[in-house]
Amino acid sequence: MITEMNNMERVFGRPESLRPVSTHYCPGCGHGIVNRLVAEVIDELGIREQTIGVAPVGCAVFLYNYLNVDMFEAAHGRAPAIATGCKRVHPNMTVFTYQGDGDLAAIGTAETIHAAARGENITTIFINNATYGMTGGQMAPTSLVGQKTTTSPTGRKIERAGYPIKMAELLATLDGPAYISRVSVSSAKYVVRAKQAIRKAFETQIKGLGYSLVEVLSPCPTDWHMTPAAAIEWLEENMLPHYPLGEFKVPQEAR
Amino acid sequence: MDKRFMTGNEAIAEAALQAGCRYYFGYPITPQNEIPEYMSRRLPEVGGTFLQAESEIAAIYMVYGASGSGARVMTSSSSPGISLKQEGISYIAAGELPCVIANIMRGGPGLGGIQPSQADYFQAVKGGGHGDYHLLVLAPSTVQEAVSLTMESFDLADKYRNPVMLLGDGFIGQMMEPVVFEKRPAVSLPAKDWACTGAKGRASNLVKTLNLDPAELEKHNIKLYEKYQKMRKDEVRLENYLTDDAEVVIAAYGSVARIAKTAIQALRQKGIKVGMIRPISLFPFPYQAFADIAKRVKKILVVEMSMGQMIEDVKLGVCGAAQVSFYGRVGGMVPSYEEIVAEIEKLVKVAP
Repeated sequence: MITEMNNMERVFGRPESLRPVSTHYCPGCGHGIVNRLVAEVIDELGIREQTIGVAPVGCAVFLYNYLNVDMFEAAHGRAPAIATGCKRVHPNMTVFTYQGDGDLAAIGTAETIHAAARGENITTIFINNATYGMTGGQMAPTSLVGQKTTTSPTGRKIERAGYPIKMAELLATLDGPAYISRVSVSSAKYVVRAKQAIRKAFETQIKGLGYSLVEVLSPCPTDWHMTPAAAIEWLEENMLPHYPLGEFKVPQEAR
Repeated sequence: MDKRFMTGNEAIAEAALQAGCRYYFGYPITPQNEIPEYMSRRLPEVGGTFLQAESEIAAIYMVYGASGSGARVMTSSSSPGISLKQEGISYIAAGELPCVIANIMRGGPGLGGIQPSQADYFQAVKGGGHGDYHLLVLAPSTVQEAVSLTMESFDLADKYRNPVMLLGDGFIGQMMEPVVFEKRPAVSLPAKDWACTGAKGRASNLVKTLNLDPAELEKHNIKLYEKYQKMRKDEVRLENYLTDDAEVVIAAYGSVARIAKTAIQALRQKGIKVGMIRPISLFPFPYQAFADIAKRVKKILVVEMSMGQMIEDVKLGVCGAAQVSFYGRVGGMVPSYEEIVAEIEKLVKVAP
């Protein structure tokens, strides 16, 4: 029996780019899935030794404990600037940032928009879970209207806190980006598509086509105060209508 | 001999280039604009990268990224812009990333003005950003010295894995002087095997500043402290100007020290023996020089373009052994040599 198993083709395993450790992410959190998808894509493209990542401030700050590539830990919101400095020194490396919604769409909005506008040849993986996860569930720039958070206890009110930002659509208005898409990790089908988008983003960079970003809608059961299953349901019922999935910008050659 | 007539700002940029700096990230602000302008023209000629960032904050993190990638890199700004960079400077110090930051100071606080000032001494030498850290701070008083200190700054940054601040003022930046660029002897420096260059044939590298375990963070702070102690021991730089027979000593740095030299000449013609201690390294500060001079000289006049900042360090060095007085002009006003002469004359008239 054992011999027989040894002769079988290995069809699934831990990516080489993913360290053999367990993560600190909460049960039902989307980060673990996306960390793995990034590792799988790095493996499939064979670029583990030519990849440099930039971890954010937020729940994914320990990304460097999970991905087995050279990495920076950024200050809050500054990952695109750090990635820019790195990419300019190592133009042949694949440089990516991994950022949450508070990081990318609030404190780091300027860095994000200008890296995109420069067409900086880097890739950004943007986790949108509509809340500040690490600090305990405060209102994020992407929190939905009416969404209850610790700093919008009666729900986000337009007259006080304005509207959630659709970053993918906003960035797609710029000339600099080459590839902008929004995906979700709320179902197996969507996870497969998310991986395809992440791969496309990395390939865009490798081909030297310019800035690429994949926005990933991701559940945060802990701060949404839901079970993992209910969080998935909430995401699909509330986030998908406001944040439509799809490609907002694709490289010229891929059109 | 490579002799040129340049502004201090241009000279700093050219010196950086000749010291092997190939990456510059910055944001426009007066009175240091000639540095990015010069870099934007010259860096592409030598295969380097100039990038005008969207803000001082972005610029300092581009420096963080380039330095963490193993490159020689610099940024420059002026007072309000340096305030914006402070977050990143703290991260760079924490991450032990070598880089050079030129601060061509202008009057403050707030938007202040655009004329020369030395009002950011505290910010430069006492930390500036959050946390227990220090920059190595060097203050040139001539354009020629700006060249040599800039070149040296890059070596010191690499040697200590620490940011170095070149602290000038609007005078140093804008003034034109003939300067000579001399090749510096190559220094042996530690390999940057910690940098992010792609984890090929080695374990992956990590440039980070987070230490959630207090015991680990304390260890890191102590490691940084030991580095600062080594700087205090090995990197003190100062000029003793006519102090041997001096009865009164002026303490001044940067462009103010030049004005003080003129005042000292005038005073000596009047028979008043005045000398000067000019700190060149502001961190580490030459405390010992002031402790030594205070054994003999009982009157020290600190002259600054501030309301009195370096005077605190002079007093720490003197430690009560001499009378320390102050004369300062602020807001972009510059002390004239006549004003310094008058201050010294007032001092010597009063019995100690």
